[in-house]
Amino acid sequence: MSSKRSSRTLAAVSGGLGLALALAACSSGTSGGTTAATGGTTAASGECAAFAAYGDLTGKKVDVYTGIVTPEDQPYMDSYKPFEDCTHAKVNYVGDKAFETQILVRAKAGNPPDIAIVPQPGLLAQLVATGAAKAAPKAVADNVDKFWGADWKSYGSVGGKFYAAPSGASVKSLVWYSPKEFTDNGYKVPTTLDEMMALTQKIAATGKKPWCAGIGSGEATGWPITDWMEEMILRLSGPEVYDQWVTHKIAFNSAAPTAALDAVGAYLKNDKFVNGGLGDVKSIATTTFQDGGLPILDGTCSLHQMASFYASNFPKGTKVAQDGDVFAFYEPGVKASDHPVEGGGEFNLAFSDRPEVQAFQTYLSTDLWANTKAKISSTATGGGWISANKGLDVANLTNPIDKLSATILQDPKTIFRFDGSDQMPAAIGSDAFWKQATAWITGQSTKDTVDKIEAAWPKS
Amino acid sequence: MDISTKLLTMLLAILLFVAIVGLMLFIAGWTERRSASFVGYVFLFPSILMVSVGLLYPAVRTIFQSFFDAAGKAFVGLDNYHTIFTSPDDLLVLRNTVLWVVVTPFVATAIGLLYAILVDGARGEAFAKALIFLPMAISMVAASIIWKFVYEFRPDQAGVKQIGLLNQVVVWLGGSPQQWIVNSPWNTFFLIVVMIWIQAGFAMTILSAAIKAIPDDIIEAARLDGVTAIGMFRFVTLPSIRPSLIVVLTTIGIGTLKVFDIVRTMTGGNFNTNVVANEFYTQSFRASNQGLGSALAVLLFVLVMPIVVYNIRQLRASEAR
Amino acid sequence: MSTVTPQVDLTPEQRAALVKKSSSAGRAASIARKKATSPIASGIAVLLAVLWTIPTFGLLLSSIRPEKAIKTTGWWTFFSDPQVTLDNYRTVLSTEGASGLGSFFINSIVITIPAVLIPICLAALAAYAFAWIDFRGRNFLFVLVFALQIVPLQVALLPLLTMYVKAGIGGTFWTLWLSHSAFALPLAIFILHNFMKEIPKELIEAARMDGAGHVKIFFRVMLPLLTPALAAFGIFQFLWVWNDLLVAITFASDNTVLPLTAALANLSGTRGTAWHLLSAGAFISIIVPVAVFISLQRYFVRGLLAGGLKG
Repeated sequence: MSSKRSSRTLAAVSGGLGLALALAACSSGTSGGTTAATGGTTAASGECAAFAAYGDLTGKKVDVYTGIVTPEDQPYMDSYKPFEDCTHAKVNYVGDKAFETQILVRAKAGNPPDIAIVPQPGLLAQLVATGAAKAAPKAVADNVDKFWGADWKSYGSVGGKFYAAPSGASVKSLVWYSPKEFTDNGYKVPTTLDEMMALTQKIAATGKKPWCAGIGSGEATGWPITDWMEEMILRLSGPEVYDQWVTHKIAFNSAAPTAALDAVGAYLKNDKFVNGGLGDVKSIATTTFQDGGLPILDGTCSLHQMASFYASNFPKGTKVAQDGDVFAFYEPGVKASDHPVEGGGEFNLAFSDRPEVQAFQTYLSTDLWANTKAKISSTATGGGWISANKGLDVANLTNPIDKLSATILQDPKTIFRFDGSDQMPAAIGSDAFWKQATAWITGQSTKDTVDKIEAAWPKS
Repeated sequence: MDISTKLLTMLLAILLFVAIVGLMLFIAGWTERRSASFVGYVFLFPSILMVSVGLLYPAVRTIFQSFFDAAGKAFVGLDNYHTIFTSPDDLLVLRNTVLWVVVTPFVATAIGLLYAILVDGARGEAFAKALIFLPMAISMVAASIIWKFVYEFRPDQAGVKQIGLLNQVVVWLGGSPQQWIVNSPWNTFFLIVVMIWIQAGFAMTILSAAIKAIPDDIIEAARLDGVTAIGMFRFVTLPSIRPSLIVVLTTIGIGTLKVFDIVRTMTGGNFNTNVVANEFYTQSFRASNQGLGSALAVLLFVLVMPIVVYNIRQLRASEAR
Repeated sequence: MSTVTPQVDLTPEQRAALVKKSSSAGRAASIARKKATSPIASGIAVLLAVLWTIPTFGLLLSSIRPEKAIKTTGWWTFFSDPQVTLDNYRTVLSTEGASGLGSFFINSIVITIPAVLIPICLAALAAYAFAWIDFRGRNFLFVLVFALQIVPLQVALLPLLTMYVKAGIGGTFWTLWLSHSAFALPLAIFILHNFMKEIPKELIEAARMDGAGHVKIFFRVMLPLLTPALAAFGIFQFLWVWNDLLVAITFASDNTVLPLTAALANLSGTRGTAWHLLSAGAFISIIVPVAVFISLQRYFVRGLLAGGLKG
């Protein structure tokens, strides 16, 4: 069934105007579900046929609650349109910047939305623990098996039970740089960690501070350092140790995490290496992460580690491309043949098993939705959205960074790991880790830092 | 829901409320003939009911939860309190909170009072008062961005301009820019300034009304006695507005204990600026440590006790008078 | 006799007490005016006013500067290099096709009006009871209500939301009206009680002698004298409710109920980069509270003077 659906999608996609036509045709057939069933001959109603399995949902409503607000919210709403137009259900999208705290209050109070777009597996586990969440229906599980694979399915599962299909994704293992500066000075994109350090020293020798960073993020201040540390553990100690660290099978203050944080310090706590265009080491703490990489544009900084979504952070008119003002390279492993990748993503968690909610959940787990969303985002916000859905056609992505990220995610050699702090218990992942990382950058020693985080790890 | 439905709902609510109050007054008037004190209970009933459900019950529940673990399942006795009073981070949080409560009410009230006296009866008084009052009218979302434009730090290097006013002033005076909200312990004072900025308007409004209500004959008499401006303030103004002063100090003091959004938006509790209210919020809503969060909330109740006791003693004294 | 006429009849003593209480403002002001003419005093007043206004003024200027200028230079650069744009305001006002800021604005009004009226009325009655009616348990109840001021309203969010959902009113305006009222009561009762205590005892006692009941005294004697206090508290409660974000996003889960502050908080964007929009949005949100203050402020002072003319 889903293979039929995807081939029809591709047909519509290649038509360019196909989607628009299909929408027009769908919305004209508002009299009921029978129209779509009888008119199976035209291409337009064929588009709606992909939704036929969901039945006629006239008068039904699905509430979606998320932390994604302007300007990224509109592409989401637009990507729900085909579902709404063909099934006649209504999808009510509410974005709220305080989502991460509010969703817990609402779930505990018995007032959850139908679907929440949850950005961390740790939060997902907390929500499941409230007892309000519903396991995913079989159609969703089948789609995830087909389009994602076991690792992503495990991030959407709690205690062996599968709850939530992945939605968007981001690649964190990226280092932003200025292609022009690299060409002008003969710098080469490093292929190993040692080369990256050598390049750093080479740039520093010219009197320029090579790296820039910012970790300011309001109450979440500190999180970019957790990403740095995760990248280092994953590279220096390998994915198995990384998993043990995330699940607390090894202590936070054991040798591997300590070495990783010191490795981060070799870059971020060296006054010769940071903070290009922004001040001294301490200025990392007060610079917002949004501003952290901007000095690359005015040439006062050369390198900045940040996830793929940072592309949308550059001012309008900045060309983000291999031959543009700014671009990113894959942050290399210890050996050139290593391909560790750290990433993040959101999950669609349902709190209701009403048929219309399950139908919508199923739609969101298809390649049809992933491609629709990718295309809409490409035109509406210039990209900045990808999915790890293997059915996502890279050709639908216009933004070079999105293309690069999707290619990295789909590369069979890639060893993917989800953001570690996002999977840790809330007391660590959304509190102690951030706070201690911030104290660390403003002077606290590595040992005190890992000791304090270990001490904060919830017992039991 | 369209606009007219919303407005109708609102009108309905108001009418319903008026009907309830009307019924209450009817009952009060009817029972009054038998027992005057019963009227007191009728007048109080709706308020007591609402605060019992909306505040008292949650408060008792919080006290209860403070003796339980993070998930609220296992009884842990005084462990959460033990954690607060032994962890160096939490002790720092306590120190900061005390600093906030000692500094904010007095400075904000002093400034509000000074300003109220200075502009009293001056030309353009209403406008002058509106200026000081303005910060009260600004939501925290707006205030956080306003103060970002004051404290923002940019490094001292060619081609980079200051965005924060304070650093620009320092640069104009020949100094080098500072990271105001990072360098402890002064950063706490820079955050307190924001609270004072907001609360001075409250103090000014209430105290200005109190000053205007000082009986004329007293002022007249003092003037005939040849009392100086400072003497007038000490012996006439201050004693006359004393009850209002206590109200203002109390209200700002309690408000300061509860404030968390200034710290949360400006430092996130980092750089040794955390306060109890923010830590309570973090533990309860981010770190999902219900037990510790509740214990911190209880600590807030305890911290306010001296203020409550002082007010009650004042009340007793005025009753005896 | 006094029971028949609609206008309350005051005894000479009452009248005297009233006049003594509140006719002073005019002359007190004239004395104060003399003080304010001293140049040092005016200097300090102007200095304070400037210090207090500069941060907000910076926001005003920022809100009309282009995005790039805001992010790379200070707002005072405006004076040497005035770049003006209304783009920020245009973007803010035109965002969200389906539900523009206008609908959030209406929600704010619908939330605020009852959330100001209800606690003021209830608190006035309660404060009167605490101040002038003798009943058993009065002191205990007063201390209790007073002490409840310290309860951080965050501890009430979860239990209240649970109750609302069980009662079937989850997500409606009712949840906000009830919550805001309950949260406001302790402070309202405390402030109004202290105002009422200031009213001369003789006034109440004289009315009691005349055989007036508490209900009558409350309406005929208290309310007119309380106008300034009610206006003062009304202003504050209005501001708190209007500027509230936390209570609103907890209890209202839908754009049809959420207030302006919720829309504003989201304006800065998913990753908080759009502070050029935030400055414009913040300014729009300030307009209503400031207008309310300026209009009520006049009433606030006049109410105080009018008290004396009533008798």
